[in-house]
Amino acid sequence: MLSQQEGRYIASLSRIHLEEDELEFLARNLTDILHYVEKLRKVDVSEIQPTTHVLPLKNVYRQDAVQPSLSREDVQGMSQHTSRGFFKVPQVLE
Amino acid sequence: MNLSTLTAHELLDLLKNQKTTPQAITESVLKAIQRTDDKIKAYVRVRDQEPGFAPTRGSVPMAHRDLGGLTPAPSQTHLPISIKDNICIRGSPTTCASRILEGFKPSYHATVIERILSAGGLIVGQTNMDEFAFGSSTENSCFGPTRNPWNLDCVPGGSSGGSAAAVAGHEAIWALGSDTGGSIRQPASFCGVVGLKPTYGRVSRYGLIAFASSLDQIGPLTKDVTDSALLLKIIAGHDSRDSTSADVPVPDYTASLVEDVKGLRIGLPKEYFIEGLDREVKEAIEAAIAVLQKKGAIFQEVSLPHTEYAVATYYIVATAEASSNLARFDGVQYGLRCQPKTSRKTALVDMYEETRDAGFGKEAKRRIMLGTYALSSGYYEAYYLRGQKVRTLIKNDFDRVFEECAAILTPTSPTTAFRIGEKIDDPLAMYLSDIYTISANLAGIPAMSVPCGFSQKGLPIGLQILAKPFAEEMIFRIAYAYEQAALWHKRKVSL
Amino acid sequence: MSEFEPVIGLEVHLQLKTATKIFCGCPNRFGEEPNTLVCPVCLGLPGSLPVLNQKALVYAIKIALALNCEINPFIKFDRKNYYYPDLPKGYQISQYDLPVGRGGWVLITLNGDRKKILIKRVHLEEDAGKLIHDSQGGCTLVDYNRTGTPLMEIVSEPDLASSQEAYEYLIALKLTFQYLDVSDCDMEKGSLRVDANISLRKKGDSTLGTKTEIKNMNSFRAVKAALDFEADRQKALLTAGERIVPETRLWDDAKGATQPMRSKEEAHDYRYFPEPDLVPFVVSPETVAQIKNQLPELPAQKKERFLKQYQIPEYDARILIQDKDLAGFFENCSTLYSEIKKVSNWLIGPVLQELNARKLALKDLGLKPRDLVHLIQKVDQEILSNLAAKEALRQMLDTGKTIEALVAEQGLTQISDEAALEAVLDEVIQENENAVRQIRQGKESAMGFLVGQAMRKTAGKANPKKIKEMIKRRFVHG
Repeated sequence: MLSQQEGRYIASLSRIHLEEDELEFLARNLTDILHYVEKLRKVDVSEIQPTTHVLPLKNVYRQDAVQPSLSREDVQGMSQHTSRGFFKVPQVLE
Repeated sequence: MNLSTLTAHELLDLLKNQKTTPQAITESVLKAIQRTDDKIKAYVRVRDQEPGFAPTRGSVPMAHRDLGGLTPAPSQTHLPISIKDNICIRGSPTTCASRILEGFKPSYHATVIERILSAGGLIVGQTNMDEFAFGSSTENSCFGPTRNPWNLDCVPGGSSGGSAAAVAGHEAIWALGSDTGGSIRQPASFCGVVGLKPTYGRVSRYGLIAFASSLDQIGPLTKDVTDSALLLKIIAGHDSRDSTSADVPVPDYTASLVEDVKGLRIGLPKEYFIEGLDREVKEAIEAAIAVLQKKGAIFQEVSLPHTEYAVATYYIVATAEASSNLARFDGVQYGLRCQPKTSRKTALVDMYEETRDAGFGKEAKRRIMLGTYALSSGYYEAYYLRGQKVRTLIKNDFDRVFEECAAILTPTSPTTAFRIGEKIDDPLAMYLSDIYTISANLAGIPAMSVPCGFSQKGLPIGLQILAKPFAEEMIFRIAYAYEQAALWHKRKVSL
Repeated sequence: MSEFEPVIGLEVHLQLKTATKIFCGCPNRFGEEPNTLVCPVCLGLPGSLPVLNQKALVYAIKIALALNCEINPFIKFDRKNYYYPDLPKGYQISQYDLPVGRGGWVLITLNGDRKKILIKRVHLEEDAGKLIHDSQGGCTLVDYNRTGTPLMEIVSEPDLASSQEAYEYLIALKLTFQYLDVSDCDMEKGSLRVDANISLRKKGDSTLGTKTEIKNMNSFRAVKAALDFEADRQKALLTAGERIVPETRLWDDAKGATQPMRSKEEAHDYRYFPEPDLVPFVVSPETVAQIKNQLPELPAQKKERFLKQYQIPEYDARILIQDKDLAGFFENCSTLYSEIKKVSNWLIGPVLQELNARKLALKDLGLKPRDLVHLIQKVDQEILSNLAAKEALRQMLDTGKTIEALVAEQGLTQISDEAALEAVLDEVIQENENAVRQIRQGKESAMGFLVGQAMRKTAGKANPKKIKEMIKRRFVHG
């Protein structure tokens, strides 16, 4: 059900590198699970609205008032990959 | 007397009568951990053993911002508490038992932590879990599995297995866990403790490292029902930092601790009492029903016709949300960052892919990929959208039953605790062990697991009580009445 | 462009100038030290949750109403999932199928003709961080101050038929946003960003051609230039029988050309799904009406009203409304002085010239409506010539003095006394025999020349009308 190619595509979309054997293993797992999940097709959902939120909450806001931000120490302390206050990542091509 | 074997309410009585001190209680817990956690491995981090892990010193509340509007619990608890490793504690590593969060130390408390600290609570340690709460056995932890105190060859359940085992093994007075598909209730059932998943929105999710945003709730794992009521009262309530938090007043749940269930209608869903249910579990449930009937509760058969679709629905909806929630773990700002030895794509993409390959365990990868698939172009309607629609049907099933019944009673799990390693290679079998707990998360209703017996081999059995949204009081009432009649909570493990 | 016509659609991103970000309380400010305006929410740290800034939604509804959109009574947010270092959560909270507004329009005027440009949708979303490429260090630097800034995205239908129309559309949009006071609209600071889509089709055809997307245009002028370039590029390809590659191209201002992006762009599968951490928003008709009532008079409305109320030409009205403050100044003057066309001339002419020369905004010029009116009245009273008045304006702006003070100080009073002027005229006639001859021959322009000479001699103080009269009397009538 889930071909190797699809498996590779999903892994890439998930930004996870998988070696061939792990990819094969996971693809098989996924196939089994998707097979099981097929039973959902039997349900008649033609007139049914999806449930995105179980609570009937609406219009939750905050006021446009400044709250304290993180301190420099808190931010710099998050990573060793920083430079002059910036986070550093490998060069991005545009 | 070993203080760590007592309940929170017993200890509060002792404190009130000045028969003990908070320090003595904490010492007792720490000593217990020293004595037995080598075997149980419930903890991933313990105060005073971990350099820099000192979220509180003594019993001085450490709320770091104005809690304005929060009223501390009527009784300052001054009790030690243990926290599942997916709830952010400022200044302490919080890792969700995952390599990918190695080195991550949040600079903020979860709201529930602020509430506990403002009530005088003391955090004594962080407990083991399935990585990112993906699992039903606490075997998917980068720290290794936790063991069931009742039988060290068995799993404690998951994903809050560490918290459940710590409470059951008297290495904790009480603990917090999180529940997305049964992760508080199933380990409570396997470990013979009380575990409550509150109504969705009852407890703030701010600071809970998200698995499935529309399903997650933080809840108490305790030695008895009274403790559960006390702890829920401390952590529950509206939080302006969580848009999905309900603005519903928090009642005094201890007022529901009465032994009166006369005339209460309790539904028994026929779809839950079917093949696959362990004979011993079935018998324990039937005995429990008899106990409650004797106290005047009225049982009737009800139907939740879409039960058979719950696991499938969950594994589409929850994994979809999880795949998105876990996209932020990419090595850029915190946690693990890896680069492969030889370049495959661009350096940036390589970093993402290598970090996430090295950082996530198998189950996490499985769920992320499944969720990504369910949301992907061409499959969204067939999987995610359809799943959310079936979810509506499952919720409607409960709404209908609650029109007639005050509560629903079911087994918590179809089996008792299985052996470590038994199901780890069969993901689908593992998923199906959540069959009784999952629907409550999909419907957003509260549910509690209460001990109701032991198997021949001495493994705990749990029964589950469900009620409609914000009806935790009904659950406490029924659970308390049963507990005080059956007294299973008096049987303690000895290690 | 003979057989092909361009089909252009524009996507405008507008940063809203709320005090705080869209989902958290961090200050919404530009130009601070990197990563100092951040918190767990806008950094997307584990366990953080978004809460919507109510003001951002109000601004969004204002914009949607000003652009004549239908406001959706039920709106929600969705996650747009993709990986990029400036996107800390690995998804952007945006709007997919239930945006704030739909089906609006904007009027543009081109060569005297009016055209309605349709707007497909407007929605609210959060901005991403900023990347700085450090090629020396072989890395990219990330600043998250900008993540979580409230962003309004305005998507037009592919209704624009030329680069000039695109330019006019942007001018019209920017003016509207300025009137609403919802954004700084500064392309240099990035508070207004434009992406363009362009394809060509044969004239008369209804099917659309393959389009390319253009990014990285930093001014309206650049948008126009980029669209012109891209239209030419596509035309050359199509004429040669080649296909257009559907791709994103970056405008290179220095080279004056679009270039394909260096990284091979995979088609993104954004896997949109409803944002579970934010509840939906019901926008009631009462709320919409309330916000609508609070809307200021918008540019198009103001222009119409100016035409009717003040009977000034279209040209004048168009220029006056381009600057909200200028339009207000004009109206203020109208309460003090009735010959409003003169005010308009002065504002459009000398005052705007001064603003441009001094690179100031009207509010910083130090000129009050009554100052201008008094100046004009001095010309009416023939105390100052037009020329002298212009110079006086400059001095008023330089010194901050009133015109009365300046006239008194410098004796700027126009010389209208004939006796004084006779002497000047004598000199001028003596020095300009050629012109005098031409005047006797009936050449009007030579008369203007002599008047000009007289003005020069008197440093602009001579009353030009008087001088002209006197010349006529001397030469024309005998």
